[in-house]
Amino acid sequence: MGEPIVRYENVHKSFGAVEVLKGINLDLKQAEKVAVIGPSGSGKTTIIRMLMTLEEPTSGEIIVDGKNLWHMEKNGQLVPANEKHLRQVRGDIGMVFQHFNLFPHMTILENCMTAPIHVQKEDKKSAKERSIEMLEKVGLGDKLGNYPSQLSGGQKQRVAMARALVMRPKIMLFDEVTSALDPELVEEVLEVIRDIAHEGRMAMVLVTHEMEFARDIADRVLFLDGGVIAEQGSPEEVFGNSENKRLESFLRRFRR
Amino acid sequence: MQGINITITVLIASIVCGYLTAFIAGFCRLSNNIILRKLTGLYVEVFRGTSLIVQLFWLYYALPILFGFDLGSDFWAGVLAISLNYGAYMSEIVRGSILSVAKGQTEAATALNMSSFQRMRLVIFPQAVRMMLPEFGNYLIQMLKATSLVSLIGMTDILYYGDILRSSNLSQAPTVYLLVLIFYFILALPLIFLTRKMEGISKKGVASG
Ligand SMILES: Nc1ncnc2c1ncn2[C@@H]1O[C@H](COP(=O)(O)OP(=O)(O)OP(=O)(O)O)[C@@H](O)[C@H]1O
Ligand SMILES: [Mg+2]
Repeated sequence: MGEPIVRYENVHKSFGAVEVLKGINLDLKQAEKVAVIGPSGSGKTTIIRMLMTLEEPTSGEIIVDGKNLWHMEKNGQLVPANEKHLRQVRGDIGMVFQHFNLFPHMTILENCMTAPIHVQKEDKKSAKERSIEMLEKVGLGDKLGNYPSQLSGGQKQRVAMARALVMRPKIMLFDEVTSALDPELVEEVLEVIRDIAHEGRMAMVLVTHEMEFARDIADRVLFLDGGVIAEQGSPEEVFGNSENKRLESFLRRFRR
Repeated sequence: MQGINITITVLIASIVCGYLTAFIAGFCRLSNNIILRKLTGLYVEVFRGTSLIVQLFWLYYALPILFGFDLGSDFWAGVLAISLNYGAYMSEIVRGSILSVAKGQTEAATALNMSSFQRMRLVIFPQAVRMMLPEFGNYLIQMLKATSLVSLIGMTDILYYGDILRSSNLSQAPTVYLLVLIFYFILALPLIFLTRKMEGISKKGVASG
């Protein structure tokens, strides 16, 4: 597959005096599905937030499709990226959040069609058509005029996915998208992710506590611990017999 | 009764200028520019920390003498004093409402690759306005009451005519002031109605998480 679509080069991140990530090196291939697992507070969310430009790395570089995300060239020198640069590079990335973050003042349909119209300058008619199509695909074709407050958690999360997908990202980030949901609503959301994953076009990074699900759809699993990627490999390797003690004890909690 | 049209024009001009001031000052206080932020902060503190009557007298009497700067009319002195005073209070509402829109909203908008201006215009501001509405409504009625102060700089509003009537016939004072009271209340009615309506709108569509 040639060049990776995302590359982390020795990325560090501190919050105040606390170093949360201590040198992350990671290549994400085109269309690759990567699951990120690890104990609470190990920095899983932080890793993908830096890629979405919601958090700036303390040091190191993130390269997206050959372009440096957090730095740009100016008079032959690397300087911190400005907003224009960030917008150019992050255009192919989409993200779904743990707490949905739908826009409460817009209908479901408006939630989906606003960004294509204003950010990608798509004409209204086609943005609307594509948004309806996408909402039908996630099973919400009958809720177009509803407001987010009128939906269940599972429905909200499916809208959030449709909203990200109409932007046609090449890379999709999922941050524990089912952990704020009632147990009986989890499956409908996983189902949608499975569908997108099987279509195969997008690279996906999924931070998750759903081990079964990770094993199911991931090409590769990363175990994050102590600020580094402590273990990685195919689901069989990671969920099978790993020699890593901390990974073993982490996984044991999910087997019970 | 005469004077109603003065009260109403002062009120409307003050509302328009007051809201305008509130939005401009509110946004300035959120600006990245430190000087702009501090200067507006100073304005807000000064106008909130001193009384409206004093500000009115300053604009009308002191300014022309001290700086040879004349606002040209008692009308503008009155409107300016009221809108600067209430603008200062309401700018805090503007600022507070914008800050209280959940952080996740900005992040979701960023994830959709919106520019900072688009985030404000499409996502943050529409939600912040809904939060401002009920408080803005309350200030409408307060501004109406504040217009009565312009009689002190010689403007011929409702209260001014009330005073005149009373001084021509002292025994009628209770009736006259009762009438003034009723007039203010009648003027306030549509404002109260509007406030209710604004509260209704604001209940819908604000991010709670
Ligand atoms: N904005 C912030 N300011 C200060 N500390 C932060 C901030 N964001 C995260 N942290 C800290 O960084 C560490 C890693 O956070 P992160 O959210 O990435 O962990 P996580 O692996 O996603 O955890 P969880 O499984 O609980 O979601 C935590 O200790 C957290 O307290
Ligand atoms: Mg997390």
